[in-house]
Parts: sequence; structure tokens; C-alpha cells
Amino acid sequence: MSKLDNKVPEGPLSEKWTKYRSEMPLVAPNNKRNIEVIVVGTGLAGASAAATLGELGYQVKAFCFHDSPRRAHSIAAQGGINAAKNYQNDGDSVYRLFYDTIKGGDYRSREGNVHRLAEVSRDIIDQCVAQGVPFAREYGGNLANRSFGGVQVSRTFYARGQTGQQLLLGAYSALSRQISLGSVKMYNRHEMLDLVKVEGKARGIIARNLISGKLERFAAHSVVLATGGYGNVYYLSTNAMGSNVTAAWTAHRRGAYFANPCYCQIHPTCIPVSGDYQSKLTLMSESLRNDGRVWVPKSHVDVEAIRAGEIKPEELPEERRDYYLERIYPAFGNLVPRDVASRAAKYVCDENRGVGSTGLAVYLDFASAIERYGHSEAVSKNEPNASIEKVKEWGTAVVSAKYGNLFEMYEKITGENPYKTPMRIFPAVHYTMGGIWVDYNLETTVPGLFALGEANFSDHGANRLGASALMQGLADGYFVIPYTIGTFLANEIRTPKISPDLPEFFEIENDVRDRIKRLLNVQGSRSVESFHRELGVKIMWEYCGMSRNGEGLKIARDKVRKLRKEFWSNVYVPHTDSDGEEYNPELEKALRVADFFELAELMIIDALDRHESCGGHFREEYATEEGEAQRNDKDYTYVAAWEFNGLEDDPILHKEELVFENVELKTRSYK
Amino acid sequence: MSSETIKLTLKVWRQTESDPGRLEDYQVEINTHMSFLEMLDVLNEQLISEKKEPVSFSHDCREGICGACSLVINGRPHGPMQGTTTCQLHMRHFEDGETIYIEPFRAKAFPVIKDLVVDRSSFDRIIQAGGYVSVNTGGTPDGNAIQIEKDTAREAFDAAACIGCGACVASCPNASAMLFTSAKVSHLALLPQGQVERRARALKMVSRMDEEGFGACSNVGACEAECPKEISIANIARMNREYISGVFGSAKKV
Repeated sequence: MSKLDNKVPEGPLSEKWTKYRSEMPLVAPNNKRNIEVIVVGTGLAGASAAATLGELGYQVKAFCFHDSPRRAHSIAAQGGINAAKNYQNDGDSVYRLFYDTIKGGDYRSREGNVHRLAEVSRDIIDQCVAQGVPFAREYGGNLANRSFGGVQVSRTFYARGQTGQQLLLGAYSALSRQISLGSVKMYNRHEMLDLVKVEGKARGIIARNLISGKLERFAAHSVVLATGGYGNVYYLSTNAMGSNVTAAWTAHRRGAYFANPCYCQIHPTCIPVSGDYQSKLTLMSESLRNDGRVWVPKSHVDVEAIRAGEIKPEELPEERRDYYLERIYPAFGNLVPRDVASRAAKYVCDENRGVGSTGLAVYLDFASAIERYGHSEAVSKNEPNASIEKVKEWGTAVVSAKYGNLFEMYEKITGENPYKTPMRIFPAVHYTMGGIWVDYNLETTVPGLFALGEANFSDHGANRLGASALMQGLADGYFVIPYTIGTFLANEIRTPKISPDLPEFFEIENDVRDRIKRLLNVQGSRSVESFHRELGVKIMWEYCGMSRNGEGLKIARDKVRKLRKEFWSNVYVPHTDSDGEEYNPELEKALRVADFFELAELMIIDALDRHESCGGHFREEYATEEGEAQRNDKDYTYVAAWEFNGLEDDPILHKEELVFENVELKTRSYK
Repeated sequence: MSSETIKLTLKVWRQTESDPGRLEDYQVEINTHMSFLEMLDVLNEQLISEKKEPVSFSHDCREGICGACSLVINGRPHGPMQGTTTCQLHMRHFEDGETIYIEPFRAKAFPVIKDLVVDRSSFDRIIQAGGYVSVNTGGTPDGNAIQIEKDTAREAFDAAACIGCGACVASCPNASAMLFTSAKVSHLALLPQGQVERRARALKMVSRMDEEGFGACSNVGACEAECPKEISIANIARMNREYISGVFGSAKKV
């Protein structure tokens, strides 16, 4: 077992980054001109990195599989972005954001990285404002903030329910500017299918041009991956249809360790699955839990009656409802963190008290809020004797002003009016905390290969707090990689331009070509989609989802292996060109699903290794008497970094011990 | 809510590089809870099981924000519902036995790649012409140093909400990209950060828009009616003002 060097600088926590940054090796402007960098992915992390590296003078080649960099799934983030600005004068500070993130992550993240994240969070807001991101404002013209789960201050900046969109368009505009200046060359509709190493260093990629279907070789001095998370391994998730692990996984196959793959975030408030045809799940923002009350019927009789349509949920009397979050967690009530709320919903559905046609849903009810707001409107209108209809009408208007767009979206999807009948919600896979292992420089175990944003594992430990994903993506891209990439490139100034015609490139290109041909030649009888659905819904969600146990995980591993074998012998990928040299979305999907199979097994292995419950990883064997997560700090305060070792043999575990010098490890309690 | 199964006839545009394209008929039986794109998923699974080539269409987030999905449904970009993208359109709005025409977004500047997939990279090039504030990363003033009136921020946001889907172009008889371009011009013209480059930006973006082969605006208003994000046509008027003041108000030749 090797010791992983995380390269966190020595010295007091609050001085590490400042001191390190001042002493870091630099690349002079005249040398930057001759150095090429490949950036894969153009979401928040990738677009901001490509733009900033371009501004610094590097020659950047940026890649995305979408038709435009603006389509990356960062665009769908709703709630907001955290920053320790303390504009509200409510006691926020860099340290407090650092502490909240460490605690929220259930003490499974690296102190040095998280503190740096909290430090640069402030610069991100300034940068985005300067780009013209239309953040919400107060009447006086200052930036507005709101609160999010797991914290006691108001530090979340937002742009209605479309914060991700506005931040991504900001980064996209900075990227577009660099494209127009010639410092970034943009390759749309190009999907990275492999990593090329020359003499052990990352020197390029093999990408498939998705229009022509031809493989292309690209070389550079260094490669940066910002390719997002792997939540789509579950088939149903809040990720976009195209979100995939392929770029990260090929890097793993070529030597980059993959860390903590079992840490997945299940978001408690999503619109439930309505049938087998379902292709994705839609999130309803966490902010709804400020006013919505979560419940299921107390008795099975009422559950059956509601399912059969004999009683409407809004008509069920109060005393026959179980507001289970308020009952179990009186201190935090409906605002417990995501992992806790999700698990509680699972428990009540396991008791067969779930609602909806599938029994896999709970209610999120706004009736109390509508009445409460209505009464307070009645007071301010000086009409204390107003009829209940009037009160409800006024209350509805208040709720609509706060959450109108979310209620509309719910109605579009379900056809039900959430002002009149409670929303049905259920947890869904949302974000993956695990990812490629990186050191303090965001460099992977392959020299010259860097990983940013959701693609790396670094900052959120075992559970991410709301509004922190946008913060991390932009921190990595705008304010970390532009500095830390110098630690590698400063030693490369004498390296001439790398040629994509080196034998190493042809070798890997041939590997990819063979893989494509193998897939096309199977000519079996099952669609890619049917394999993906079975892998995700029937295996991963069932055995490695919201809760896991040793026995189930072993069964799951066996099932994944069997299904993978079937995939490679029975998949049918429609095509007219036998080399796949054509526009072929089914082939794109097949290549991604093939990698999901391999990742799925690693997730299971990682979940089996971790004999504790923490954050998004809940092992049923390791729970308190009340069913809460039980960490094992003595044996598992480490990052599990896995080395690829072929598909037949087990991967090799490398442990990075997590050292807490500034924070005391405690049990999270929300009761 | 109860769901039901309905039967539909689809007339879908099929086109490849070698084939100039035509409508083909398909029959599907679907659940009314499905989204429009899930209905196409069902069709594709059906075609794959018959070893036929599936229909290519653009899509990604399926929650109405990425702008990837398109489709002209029964003659209307993103279908019959107001303020709704194709991915958020659900089948409960269709009747049993109905025939649905599904075509790509058509415009000279949006060449068809395959079936229902078009190339909208012309939009990227319009943004590259000037749809940004020229600031580098770092060294920017504190966020609260630039104060913006709440209503101004709201108006800028309304314009910035554009998802770049191209429905405005597809709905316009002239295939004009004025609504798209003006949304970005407005967003930045309204904010203090956008003032420095305001005139040059309008000129550069408009001229790029023309070079890409988009038509002119003749005030039909279909773009506003079909925009899934309900971007206002008032932005076009603002862009025209910006353009005129750019042409006449600048000493510099652009």
C-alpha cells in the first residue's frame, strides 16, 4: 500500500494557500505562448478554467460533447452559490464556511482544500458580478442572499431558481471571448474516449468527432478534465441524459486513482418516478422545505384509500397524518440535511406507507404555509374576520411569489396543482462526491493530468451542502488551476510542442477503434437503453443506493459482472458504418454505458470496503439504535483511492489518511 | 392522477447526408404521463427492436434549461404549450388517435445534421462576436461596489434567461435571430458592467448575425409567442436603438 502525497502545504490553515501561491513556480508569459493545454468539459469548472488559462496566455484546446459549451449540465443548478462574504453581517467568515463544509461532509474531506475553497469563494462573486451575472439584488442595489440547509448564516447568492444557468453563461461568455481572441480553440461535439500518456505524462486525448464519427488525436503539454459526475450510473437521476463518466473512467484506466466512488448524494425532493418509460428525474429545490411539510398517512388503511383514489390527500384529517420529520427531528424538522431527509423517506416507504401509484412517494404539503401566510396578510390588510377562502387566496399569492416557477414546473410534469393538493416527492440521485483523486494542486496520480469540479473528489467529503457545487466548480476553474497548473508546466518550458503523430497516440487510437468495432460487432438483440436501465434501477439503486448492506453489495457485484458480460455479447447498436464513422447517438450511449458497468463495480467494492456509515454512504450494519448513521473514525478516516487493475482482478486500495488539525470530529445530530 | 394509454400516428422528418429528407409515418402507443421526448424514446426502442435506425433528436437536461431540445411540433417550435420547451411538454395534451407532425428547426443558418438534429453553432459565433464583458479573471472590484437597482437587475435577468434553443429563428418567416441576439445585447446594455463596450457590442453582434445568414426582422412577433422562456420582443427594439446609436454615436469606425 503506497502513501499518497496530498501535497497540502505546511503551516497554519489560514496561511497555507496565500503562502503557497506566493512561492509557487511560475511560467513566464513568453513561455506560456508555447505551451498547450487541453481542457475537457465546458461546465462551470471547464469553461472557467479554459477561459482563465487562455487569458494567461496558454494555448488552450477545449472540448465538449454538446453542440455548444453553454449546454453543460451546470446550467441546471437551481438554488445558488455560497460565498463567505458576510454581507448580511450575521457572523459569517471564511472559517465558518470551511467548518460548515467539513461538518456537512461528515468529516471525510481534506482540511487544506476546503479552507482554500472558502477563501476563494469571495473572489468568485466579484468575478461573476464583473462579468454581468444578474444576481438577485436588494432595493438598495446590494447583492441579496438566502439561507440553505445545514448552515446558520445567510451566504447563498442566487439568480432566481436559475443560478447555475446565469453562472454558466458568465463562464461561457468569458470562454467565448477567448475563442474570439484565438487563445482558445473550441471543439464542440467532440467526446474524449481515451487519454494518451507519453513517458508517463498526460500528453493528449483521443476524441471522437460526433458528427463524422471519426477518431481524432489531440496533443498538449497537459490535460485538464472537468467532465462532471457519474450519477447517471443509476440510470435515473437529476443529471442530464448525456452526463457520463467516460472521460474520467478512461483516465482511471490509464492510471488515475478514483477516490470514494461510493459517496453519492441522494436529493430528498424530486418528482417521483411515474412509470417504466421514465428517462430522468426532476429536482424540486431544497428551498421548498422552508415552507413545505413532509408527511405520509399514519395507517395503511388510509394509504390504500388514497392510492385507490377514495380519499384525496388534502382531505385526510390532521390526526391521521404522520409528519415524520417533525416527529423524529424536532430541532431541525423539515430542514434536516439532504442525506437524513432522504433516508427517512425511504424508511416510511419501506413500511409501505408511501403514496402515489407506485407507493414510492411522500407528500410535501403547503396547506399550512398557505394558511399561515394568509392569516398574516389578513392582519396586515386589517381584515381579521376574513373568510377562510379569502385567507387561502391571499396565502396562495404569497407562496406563489416565493416558489411560483417551481410550482409551475411541478404542474407541467405531473398535471397536478400543488396549491390545491400536496406535492408528491421522492429522493433521487443528484450529485457524486467521489471522483478522480487529486492532490492540493488538483493533479491526479498521472503527472500532468488535472481534474476539476464534480469530476474530482476533493472538497465535499461524504456529503455536499446545498449551493456548494457551483462554488467548487468555479473556484477550481477561475482561482485554483490557473496557479497550480504552473507546478507542472514550469518544468515543461523546454518541452517542444507535442506531436499527435507519436506512436503512443496511434496505439491508443487503435485501442479505441477496436473497442468501437467490438461494440458494433456484437449485433445482439437488446438495446443499450435496456441494459442501462437494468444496471441503474435494478442493481445500483436497489443495492448501492440510499442504503447498502454487505450481503446486498456482494449480490450486486455478481449481478453487475453478469450483466456486463451479457452487454458485451448481446447488445445491439444500430449502425450503417462498421467503423462507427457516422453520426450515431446510439453508439455514443453504448460507449458510455460500457464504462458505467466498470464504474458500478468499483462503487460496490468501495461501499463494501467502508465498514461505517457517513454522509451519502449508509451501511445498514452501521447504524445507531435510532437508525442514524454511525461513523467509525478510528478505522475509516481515510480517502479510499483505487488503482485500476484490470477487470478480472480487484482494484488496489491506496489510503490517504485524513488529518484534522483544526476541527474536532463529532457526531452530527439534528434531533 | 390517473394515466391512460393513447395511440398516435407520428409523421417524423427523416434526413441524412445523402438523402434530402421526407416525412415518415410511425404508430406508437404511449402513456399520457410521458414527456414528448419519452414518447420519442418509446418510438426509438420500438425501431431498435425491429433493427431499424432510430430517430435522431437533440436533448439533454430534460428540465427545460439547457436549450438542447428543439422540434417543430404540428408547425410550432416546442409544440402547443405556452412557455414550455419540448422536453417539458407532456403527452396528456394530446388526444387518442391524433396525428403529430415532427420536424426540425428549419433555417438556412441551422443546417440539418440528421433527422431532427440541426447545427446551431451560428449562435455561438454571434456570442463570440461580442456577447461578453471584456474582463479577465481576478482583480475585479468587490461585488457590492457595483450597485444595481433591483428592477434593472430583474429586467437584465429577464433577457439573460434565454436558453439559446433557436425557437425564435424557427418560428420566424425570415429565420431571423433578432430575438436571440437582442436578448444578449439587452442583458449587457442594461447593466453598468456592460456600458464600456455597449456600442461596439451591438454593431459586432448584429453584423455577425447577418453574416451567418439569418434574416431581418419584419415585426411579425412569432419569436416572442413561441419563445419557451417568454423573452420579450421589446429587446429587439432596444437592440435597434443600441445599433443606431452605435452607428451614429461613435466616432470610431467599426
